[in-house]
Amino acid sequence: MKTFLCFPKDTPSNITEIITELGYETKCTDEFDLFTDVESPEGFLGVLVTAGQNEQKAIDLCREIRSRETPLSPVILVVQLGLMSKLDQLDDLFDECIIEDATAQEIKFRIIRSLKRFGKNLNSPVISYGPLALNLETYQAVVEKKPLDLTYMEYELLRFLVQNPGKVFTRDTLLTRVWGYEYFGGARTVDVHIRRLRAKLGEEHAGLIETVRSVGYRFGRIHW
Amino acid sequence: MSIVSNKDQINYVLRSVEERKVRFIQLWFTDILGTPKSFSITPAELENALEEGMTFDGSAIDGFSRVQESDVLAFPDPKTFQILPFQKGNSELARIFCDIYNLDQTPFEGCPRHVLKRTLTKAHELNYNFFASPEIEYFYFAKQDGRGLPQPLDNGSYFELTVADLSSDLRKRTVLALEEIGIPVEYAQHEDAPSQHEIDLRYTDALTMADTIMTVRLAIKEVAQDNNVYASFMPKPLEGVQGSGMHTHFSLFQGDQNVFYDPDSEKFLSKTARHFIAGLLYHAHEITAITNQWVNSYKRLVSGYEAPIHISWAHNNRSALVRVPVTKTSHPEATRIEYRAPDPACNPYLCFAVILAAGLDGIANTIELPKEANNNLFEMSDKELKKAGIRPLPMTLEAALAEMEKSELVAETLGEHVFEWFLRNKYYEWNEYSRHISNYELTRYFPTL
Repeated sequence: MKTFLCFPKDTPSNITEIITELGYETKCTDEFDLFTDVESPEGFLGVLVTAGQNEQKAIDLCREIRSRETPLSPVILVVQLGLMSKLDQLDDLFDECIIEDATAQEIKFRIIRSLKRFGKNLNSPVISYGPLALNLETYQAVVEKKPLDLTYMEYELLRFLVQNPGKVFTRDTLLTRVWGYEYFGGARTVDVHIRRLRAKLGEEHAGLIETVRSVGYRFGRIHW
Repeated sequence: MSIVSNKDQINYVLRSVEERKVRFIQLWFTDILGTPKSFSITPAELENALEEGMTFDGSAIDGFSRVQESDVLAFPDPKTFQILPFQKGNSELARIFCDIYNLDQTPFEGCPRHVLKRTLTKAHELNYNFFASPEIEYFYFAKQDGRGLPQPLDNGSYFELTVADLSSDLRKRTVLALEEIGIPVEYAQHEDAPSQHEIDLRYTDALTMADTIMTVRLAIKEVAQDNNVYASFMPKPLEGVQGSGMHTHFSLFQGDQNVFYDPDSEKFLSKTARHFIAGLLYHAHEITAITNQWVNSYKRLVSGYEAPIHISWAHNNRSALVRVPVTKTSHPEATRIEYRAPDPACNPYLCFAVILAAGLDGIANTIELPKEANNNLFEMSDKELKKAGIRPLPMTLEAALAEMEKSELVAETLGEHVFEWFLRNKYYEWNEYSRHISNYELTRYFPTL
C-alpha cells in the first residue's frame, strides 16, 4: 500500500513530486476502468483528483469512487480557487480539499493529515526538512532529491538532528544520544562528523547545521 | 567484546547496498608497508562477510605470511561503509575497511589497523583521544609506461600552454571528490616545486585519519589517472627541488578539553604538551624508520629544503622537527604540535601509532623538554649543533633501521610480528639498494677512475 492513485494522467508535477517526497509512489491515469479493474483497490493508499478546468468531471469521479462497494479513502480533491463555490453541498464526496496554488508545505500537510485520519501514514518512514529527506526504512537520505552517500554514523547523526529541528545540542548530548558508546574520538568526534556532513550536504546546504558558539549545534532554523 | 558489529550498523550497510543498487563492495585493508589491498565481493556475499568475515590466503600479502597457517579473516568495519562516487563505472561501487583476524577470531598480529587501535586504546585508558591533521604533498607527472624519468606537467615542454591549469584543475577535482565522500579539505595549494601540490585535511581521530589517508591517496591517483596523468607520493622524485612530506598536526583531548592548551603557561603550551614533545624528540631517531620507510625517504631528509634533519623543536622555525604553531587565545582548542618528518609514502597506521606511543612515553616518564631551537639549524655547524645538544635524524634507511632495532618502544608498539617482518623486509631493501650502481657513480667515477 504505497501508491497514490492520481487523476488525471497529467496531474501537475508539483503535486506528484510532493507525494514522491513523502516516500510514496504515484499512478497517474485518465482511465477510470483501471481503478475499477484493480483486483484489490485497497492496494492503493488513496485517491487524489485534480480538477483543473474540468470540475464537473472531477465531481463525477469523486461520486463514482464514493459509490463503490469497497470505498477507497482518503479522496483528496485539488481545485482552483475560483471553482470552490461549486463544491457547496458536495463536501461528502471528498475527505480533503486543496487549492491548486497552495504552497508545497500546505499541500504536504493536508495530504499527511488526511492519510492519518484513515489510519494511514501513522508512522511514515520518511522525515524531511526543507530540501532534505530521510527514509528511515531504507536508511537513505536525499538533498534536493540527490542521494547522499553517508556512512552509518553520519546517517545516525543527521537523523537525530532532522528529528529535532531548531533545538540546540551540546557535543556531549549528541555523543551520548547518537553514539551512545565509547569511541576513539570522544566529544571532538561530533565536530568531525558535523564537518563531514556539511561537506556532503554541499556548500549550498551546509548552513542547515548551525554552530552555536561555545554551546554546540542546531539543525534548521528556529521557528517563532 | 564481540568482533561482530552491531545489528543496526550491519542493516544500514545491507539496505544501502540494496537501495543504491551497489554491484560490488570492495573490502579494503593495508599491508605492513601501507600498500592498499582489496578484494571485491558481491552484495550476495556481503551479509555473510559482515557476520562471519571473509577467509582469504594471507600469504600473498606482504607481511601477512606466517609459518603455520596462511589463512586469515577479513572482518569489514560497517562504520566505514562508503559509496565511492569517484570510481568510474556503470554501477555504484562501495568500500569498507577491514580488520584482519586469525581464524580463531583473535586479532591478526600483522594488521596495521590493529597496531594503531591497540595504541589508541592505551591512550584511551588514560582518557586521551588523539587527533591528527596531515598535509599531504605529492607530484603530478606525465603518464608513462612505468619506465624512464618522471616528467613534471608544468615545466614547459610537455603540455605546453595548458599545463599550469591542468594540474591545478586536477587538484580541484580531487578536492571536490573528497568533499563528496565527506572528507573536508582545509587547504589545497600548489607547492614550491613544479607540478607539486598539497592537500591539507581537517583533523579527525587518528584511526579515521589513517583510513582517510588511504582513501585520499587512492582518490588523488584515480582522478589523475582518469585524466591520463600520474600522481606520485614518492618522497623525493626530483633532485634539486622540494620533496613531498606529510607534516602532520597532532593534539590530545580529554573530553572537550585540549590538554595541550594551558592559559597559564608560556605561549599557552601545557606541561602535558611539553612532555609529549619531549617524548617525541627522545624517541625520534627510533621511529624514523616507520615515518620514513623507503631508501628514497632519506633523499628528502637533507639540508636546504623544508624537511627536518635535526631532532629539535621550536615555535616558529621550519627547520625544526617539531613545530608548535602559536595559537590565538580565542582558539585554545587549536593548540597542536606539528611533526615534520613523515612522508606521504609511509604507512599512516604505523606512523600514527609510533608517534602517539613516543608522546605518551614522554608524558608517562615526565621527560624534560630541551631548549627551543630558534636558529636556522641548516646554517649551524656540526660543532654548534653538538654544543646545543641537537642530534641529527638518521641519514639513511640503514641507520634508521639500526636505531629502530634497538627500540623497546617501537617493538612494543608494533608487536613482535610487525617489528620483525618490517626490519627483515627493510634490511633486504637496503641490501638491494647497496648493490645498485647508480647514475651518480657512473658519471662521477667512470670517466676518471
